[in-house]
Amino acid sequence: MTEKIEHIEEHRDDFAAKLGMWIFIFTELLLFGGLFLVYSVFRFAHPQEFHQAALELNVTFGAVNTVVLLISSMTIAMSLTALQKNNKKLSMLLLSITIVLAFVFLVNKYFEWGVKFREGLYPGSALMFKLEHGQLIYFSLYFFMTGLHALHIIVGMTILSIILYRINKGTVNPGKYVFLENGALYWHLVDLIWIFLFPLLYLIT
Amino acid sequence: MNEHATHITSYKTLGVILVTLLSLTCITILVTSLELHVWNVVLALVIACIKGFLVVTYFMHIKHENILLKILVGMVFALFALIIIITFFDYLYR
Repeated sequence: MTEKIEHIEEHRDDFAAKLGMWIFIFTELLLFGGLFLVYSVFRFAHPQEFHQAALELNVTFGAVNTVVLLISSMTIAMSLTALQKNNKKLSMLLLSITIVLAFVFLVNKYFEWGVKFREGLYPGSALMFKLEHGQLIYFSLYFFMTGLHALHIIVGMTILSIILYRINKGTVNPGKYVFLENGALYWHLVDLIWIFLFPLLYLIT
Repeated sequence: MNEHATHITSYKTLGVILVTLLSLTCITILVTSLELHVWNVVLALVIACIKGFLVVTYFMHIKHENILLKILVGMVFALFALIIIITFFDYLYR
């Protein structure tokens, strides 16, 4: 019996897995960090035009999405707690809520962008080129940064769905949950980026 | 299993952090709706940094992580702060 257990034991290093995830997160932080830097420099160069353009954004859409993301960040952290406490059902429920909230975020973003598109404001549109230089830069950055962030939401939803499937199957379980931990880290990263995007794009005018 | 017991963050802690984050969001929206000129930007960014710190510390479990991870995370944020500072030194004194 003991011999058998020794054979089953696989090579596993949860800390290394987490360290790898963090290193990936660092590259993501610096990717968005670079964009924040571009934003700050152009804001410094065109303060008046950035002010005008920022007034065009709808704070309500941004605020609702902030609340949605913050709640989803808590539910996934709780999902990990639930799995660590051996409560598979609750863990799966909380993970599902997180995925639903991610979808709500995207729907909200769809409506937010929809309004802008109907006004004729989208990358490459005729209206964009009629704007002043600073405003053109502001809206280009707005679409690029929120678009890249939305792409991260879609990737996050995919990862979380795979984790949900694997918890259900039992390959992610109370004794082996580093995959959920890393997926949660990715989701918190998406939340962390939004925490900075929201004031920079929507609130500071 | 791991040699040292993994720390499990309680539901209560996570709930308290969420309430704090939501309150800070409300405060940011209120503060930026006032006309405080440069202070709008400063306050919004300071509050965003506090929120970011809470997310990294509690949601991302850095508080109970290995010292190596703590140092690495600190260094990455310090690196980004340096990049911002150096860039603006360049812009302000050009």
